[in-house]
Amino acid sequence: MGEVIVITSGKGGVGKTTTTANIGTGLAALGNKVVLIDTDIGLRNLDVVMGLENRIVYDLVDVTQGHCRLKQALIKDKRFDGLFLLPAAQTKDKTAVSIEDMKKLCSELQEEFDYVLVDCPAGIEQGFKNAIAGAERAIIVTTPEVSAVRDADRIVGLLEANGLRGPQLIINRIRPDMVKRGDMMNIEDMLDILAIELLGVVPEDEYIVVSTNKGEPAVLDMDSRAGQAYRNISKRVTGEQVSLIDLEYEEGLVKKLKRLLGLKG
Amino acid sequence: MIDFLRSVLGREAPGSKNMAKERLRLVLVHDRASVSPHLLENLKEDLIRVISNYMEIDQNALEVQLNREDDSVALVANIPIIKMKRTYQDVKI
Repeated sequence: MGEVIVITSGKGGVGKTTTTANIGTGLAALGNKVVLIDTDIGLRNLDVVMGLENRIVYDLVDVTQGHCRLKQALIKDKRFDGLFLLPAAQTKDKTAVSIEDMKKLCSELQEEFDYVLVDCPAGIEQGFKNAIAGAERAIIVTTPEVSAVRDADRIVGLLEANGLRGPQLIINRIRPDMVKRGDMMNIEDMLDILAIELLGVVPEDEYIVVSTNKGEPAVLDMDSRAGQAYRNISKRVTGEQVSLIDLEYEEGLVKKLKRLLGLKG
Repeated sequence: MIDFLRSVLGREAPGSKNMAKERLRLVLVHDRASVSPHLLENLKEDLIRVISNYMEIDQNALEVQLNREDDSVALVANIPIIKMKRTYQDVKI
């Protein structure tokens, strides 16, 4: 019996879909059977991030309305046999899916898959309620910005009110150089404020744009720093202990100088 | 130039992250109170119970709210008193 995990954030644009694609692909690369559900009806994107947009025949709404069987709507990934995508509907109404539909769908999928990852839409409306309905575990994605952390805090409260306790946090797009000069909140600052468990930290990485351009998740690129972070996060999702990646990869002139002068770096 | 010297000498320059943290702290006091509307209701009931030991108050007109100033959040309670109790009993043992 698999695990249903919702990936959510409240605020849009913090990297929910990128995170879902990368953790899903990362889990599949570790040999798990994984299905990704895009619940952002009307604004589907997980298909393009995964590079599977040309293979869509049926979608989530076709399944819940009985236009096709669940198996027919699952799109097999290009790279891994054990990885599937259930795309969101692009043209249908947001109200086409109900909380009961999602509960039923998730419980059916978890019979067959090790991990069911639900990509949640931004906001806290119906789409959010649907996305968390069948989940038993939650990952909250945030970025080191006041607006994103504020929304993440609200999501923690809403998840708790819906019986989803112990969410885990991914801090996305952190910039070590800015953290160092005190212009960006650091990991401790955010954990201090949100008071939830840390699942991982993903550094800002230009390669994410390149990987989305190509439709190939960064987790598969051995040279991408964000990819490395997602590989570690995927392992942590399975319960493995992996230490955080070293964010201070660039030894700047200042640090070198300080070291020469014998000051603490 | 001073900033450069500071950074070379390893002294922490006053970056904007502390401002971010402080603003977040304040805004979350409010957000969290509104996420759990029971909080202020429970507080109200507790206040009524305690204050009633000392004075008779207009329970229906009692107002409790969080007020936000520039750099602080205050709990503001407006409690109309109907009358003082004549015999203020020393706190029950």
